Amino acid sequence: MAHGPAKGLRRWLFTTNHKDIGSMYLWFSFAMFIVGGIFALIVRAELFEPGLQIVDPNFFNQMTTMHGLVMVFGAIMPAFVGLANWMIPLMIGAPDMALPRMNNWSFWILPFAFLMLLSTLFMPGGGPNFGWTFYAPLSTKYAPESVIFFIFAVHIMGASSIMGAINIIATVLNMRAPGMTLMKMPLFVWTWLITAYLLIVVMPVLAGAVTMVLMDTRFGTSFFDGAGGGDPVMFQHIFWFFGHPEVYIMILPAFGIISAIIPTFARKPLFGYSSMVYATASIAFLSFTVWAHHMFTVGMPIAGELFFMYATMLIAVPTGVKVFNWAATMFKGAMTFETPMLFAIAFVMLFTIGGLSGLMLAIAPADFQYHDTYFVVAHFHYVLVPGALFSIIAAAYYWLPKWSGRMYNEVLGKTHFWVAFIGLNLTFFPMHFAGLAGMPRRIPDYHMMFADWNMISSIGALIFGASQILFLYIVLDAIFRGKKATGQVWEGAEGLEWTLPSPAPYHTFSKPPEIK
Amino acid sequence: MLKRARGLWAWLLAPAVLIISNQTMAEEVERWKLNMVEGVTPISREVYGLHMLMFWWCVVIAVVVFTIMFYSMIMHRKSRGVKASNFHESTVLEIVWTAIPLIILIAMAFPATTSLIKLYDTSEAELDVVITGYQWRWRYEYLDEDVYFFSNMSTPREQIEGLEARGANYLLEVDEPLVIPVDTKVRFLITAADVIHSWWVPAFGIKTDSIPGFINEAWAIVDTPGTYRGQCAELCGRDHGFMPIVVEALPKDEYQQWLDQKRTDLAEIRQLTEQTFEFEELYQRGQQVYTQWCVACHRADGAGVSGIFPALIGGVSVGPVEGHMDVVVNGVPGTAMQAFGEQLSEVDIAAVITYERNAWGNNMGDMVQPIDIFNFKQND
Amino acid sequence: MKVPMPSNPVTALCLKLSALVIGMFVFAIWILPPMYDVFCDITGLNGKTGGRYQAVDVPAVDTSRTIRVQFVSTNNDGMTWEFGPEVRSITVHPGEQTRIDYAAFNPTGRDMVAQAIPSLTPARAANYFHKTECFCFEQQPLGAGERTQMPMLFIVDHDIPESVHTITLSYTLFDVTDRFPELVAAMAD
Repeated sequence: MAHGPAKGLRRWLFTTNHKDIGSMYLWFSFAMFIVGGIFALIVRAELFEPGLQIVDPNFFNQMTTMHGLVMVFGAIMPAFVGLANWMIPLMIGAPDMALPRMNNWSFWILPFAFLMLLSTLFMPGGGPNFGWTFYAPLSTKYAPESVIFFIFAVHIMGASSIMGAINIIATVLNMRAPGMTLMKMPLFVWTWLITAYLLIVVMPVLAGAVTMVLMDTRFGTSFFDGAGGGDPVMFQHIFWFFGHPEVYIMILPAFGIISAIIPTFARKPLFGYSSMVYATASIAFLSFTVWAHHMFTVGMPIAGELFFMYATMLIAVPTGVKVFNWAATMFKGAMTFETPMLFAIAFVMLFTIGGLSGLMLAIAPADFQYHDTYFVVAHFHYVLVPGALFSIIAAAYYWLPKWSGRMYNEVLGKTHFWVAFIGLNLTFFPMHFAGLAGMPRRIPDYHMMFADWNMISSIGALIFGASQILFLYIVLDAIFRGKKATGQVWEGAEGLEWTLPSPAPYHTFSKPPEIK
Repeated sequence: MLKRARGLWAWLLAPAVLIISNQTMAEEVERWKLNMVEGVTPISREVYGLHMLMFWWCVVIAVVVFTIMFYSMIMHRKSRGVKASNFHESTVLEIVWTAIPLIILIAMAFPATTSLIKLYDTSEAELDVVITGYQWRWRYEYLDEDVYFFSNMSTPREQIEGLEARGANYLLEVDEPLVIPVDTKVRFLITAADVIHSWWVPAFGIKTDSIPGFINEAWAIVDTPGTYRGQCAELCGRDHGFMPIVVEALPKDEYQQWLDQKRTDLAEIRQLTEQTFEFEELYQRGQQVYTQWCVACHRADGAGVSGIFPALIGGVSVGPVEGHMDVVVNGVPGTAMQAFGEQLSEVDIAAVITYERNAWGNNMGDMVQPIDIFNFKQND
Repeated sequence: MKVPMPSNPVTALCLKLSALVIGMFVFAIWILPPMYDVFCDITGLNGKTGGRYQAVDVPAVDTSRTIRVQFVSTNNDGMTWEFGPEVRSITVHPGEQTRIDYAAFNPTGRDMVAQAIPSLTPARAANYFHKTECFCFEQQPLGAGERTQMPMLFIVDHDIPESVHTITLSYTLFDVTDRFPELVAAMAD
């Protein structure tokens, strides 16, 4: 029954194997991470000191926009889908994903979406320059010609995400090995199941938003144009109705990864498994009731402000439960600090900082001062970089031996961690101060009073960027020259994936495993 | 290319530059600023208090969580020979750490709610100012006073491009600041004429979006005379970073003087329309107007930006005068070229057209008088 | 109603999920915008004011209260008309019908069509400000070089909250010539 992969390019083009597709997703997202990182470095280079030195303000706006789009839709989301592809079947004892051919399709449309998106940079008038949030009318009446390619690219990315989400739900609900009840599933599977439902509900809303932008720019409708009875504020409501759950789409799978890594290296079961599941579900549910906290300054009636302020503050409760549970898991464990654990601990700490600044932002009257400043930039980068991104890197170190059958170099891995950790905090911590001091976001030039913080941020960004090149080297070094890994890999690791040999064979669990 | 190379150098020599720039920066600039301004209005002080309250709560929470984590990391490591215990559930603990945050949150919600209610109370204002956002300038109109003007950034391009030393208020200075009296409740009515902007003065605790077709409001009672600076806070296109806000708060009597002066000035500008100017006068004035209003898109050398903003070398500048006047006065629908007929006085339009027709080697040799613009507007 | 479902549980699930996807897309484009408008009408969100008001019974004038009504006018980008109210503010009693004229002048050489978009602040007053007649209910065509007076008649409701003393009504004038070629053609005749 077991036969190996096809040879050459055909293996990758036509594969329906969840491991191959997972690998392709992960490599693609790394490539996009580098592209988005280059955009970020261009932004940071321009902001290195006051004055316009390197790019034109219009190009600067294209860079901030593209950085956001590429990182959100190109780096973070595909990386999580890649991890889901690789790990969910292994974790629930399934032979493959439920819909293997759609799986192939949902990956292969992604590179075309990003080719289309990136090509807009070379078009006359330039690429999208209205921010990744593409507020109307800047993205409709005042948009560059290339907006149409941006719209189609977002449509394709959305289709890819929706197909991926359907596949994951179908797999989790139908393909579990006998005895693998829902409440026995690893938290990574749980968080992804909930994330997949979020994706299915909100990605069509994003598709609707870009479709309305398309109709307003090309077909003379006025969804968002006051002249025809439309309303630019409605765009923001629709966008953030998608946008806020989207934020959780980028963090819930991270919670799952961290909930796998911390128990392994603390050699102690996860504290409060079922409350973690309920907390995840309630975060997902609450994410639909808080969208307008991104819009406290648009002039909402006071009742609306109060509602969204209270709802947002409420999200701190389940999020707090998670952080406390992780801390309790570490407490009285027998910890070792291999690279995945270092990234996971940094995740908990720095994500907490991002969460706390989020709590400050929830307070509507204070948000009038924070809104659209670098304080917000610092906040969401603290949630997304040491949050989503660190969890992905931690997952890569954690499962790489299982994927490739070889260990990475621990010294280099720890070096990667410390360089990234220092670079990251140098980059994003000063942004809190710049923002509080009064620096608006998305500006290419600034007053000298912000100069010192910006220079430190730019230096930090360069360090952080450089550390990712080291990451690439470590992964390649492990794959080609690493020591052979055992099946168990980590002393304290538990779960079905560790019962398999390393590397995991091309076909696994053709016969369902026995669940104790 | 040279500039790029310099940018690269700056990167390589970052630490050195950090030290050098410490010395070369203007003395009067406050640096390494960490926190929000307390501000000069009741709202801004309240917001500051709320911000500090939240901040300290967050510090307390962070200290508790991090202490537990660091304690575990130091005490419960395998290298110390500890054995992992196996506890993984405690209903009591879970209830405790759900309930305590909830109580803290409720305690936070009370002051936040009262502040928000005050922030929304715009009633009983003594002065109403209409603020309109344009790409990329602000227009201020004193509602019952028949006074209005535009406010443009006045930082010269040379400073931005690094050819000149940067002034103390780099990018935060305007040609005509908004002037308001102190100890007076001023209501700001905020709207926009093109895309969404956001009017933000940190010292007033006000940030309110200016949205085309809608009107928003905010208020301030400034208790300390002074100059307060802010910036547009919502991405509004290319020059989003270059539309500062400057508000001067004057004692009431000085404010009244300023207002009277402003009225006289506006009347004078209307009179200028009837005068006839020499070529040199128009050309000089035109150059000033151009640097202030046109240079952002069409650039100092009139070359524009290829594909986005048309060059003024040749083109409309060497076409018929009527066509040129039409573009400046009425704008070009569907492009970034606005109708300047309302924004600029007749004198300034005449001057800038004269300048454009004769600068950068256009050398048309003709000129336009303010009265021509006046007639064009009436008869066209 | 029972929809026959495929026996394969995966196919059945995929069909349900796809229906959810399509449902959300339809919801975003065809249901959310009208729902938002209704929501705005009810709450006065964004200071949207209602359409033509039909007085149910002849309202008595409440002379015990006065409300100051201010008028603001803005020309949107590309709109070259001279446009503004004849007075900047007036004081009215609740229940009293008042007429305000806006003057418009098209200084350009082409026939144009404009649309005025109202917005009112404070938002909590929006439902108590009734327009019985307004130029903003329809498009305004104006030939090249022509002038016109555009009337607006309004009544401030008796039930307006006690805390409201000032109402600001803003009109933003948009150029909609391209959207209404038939009105332009009618002017040319």
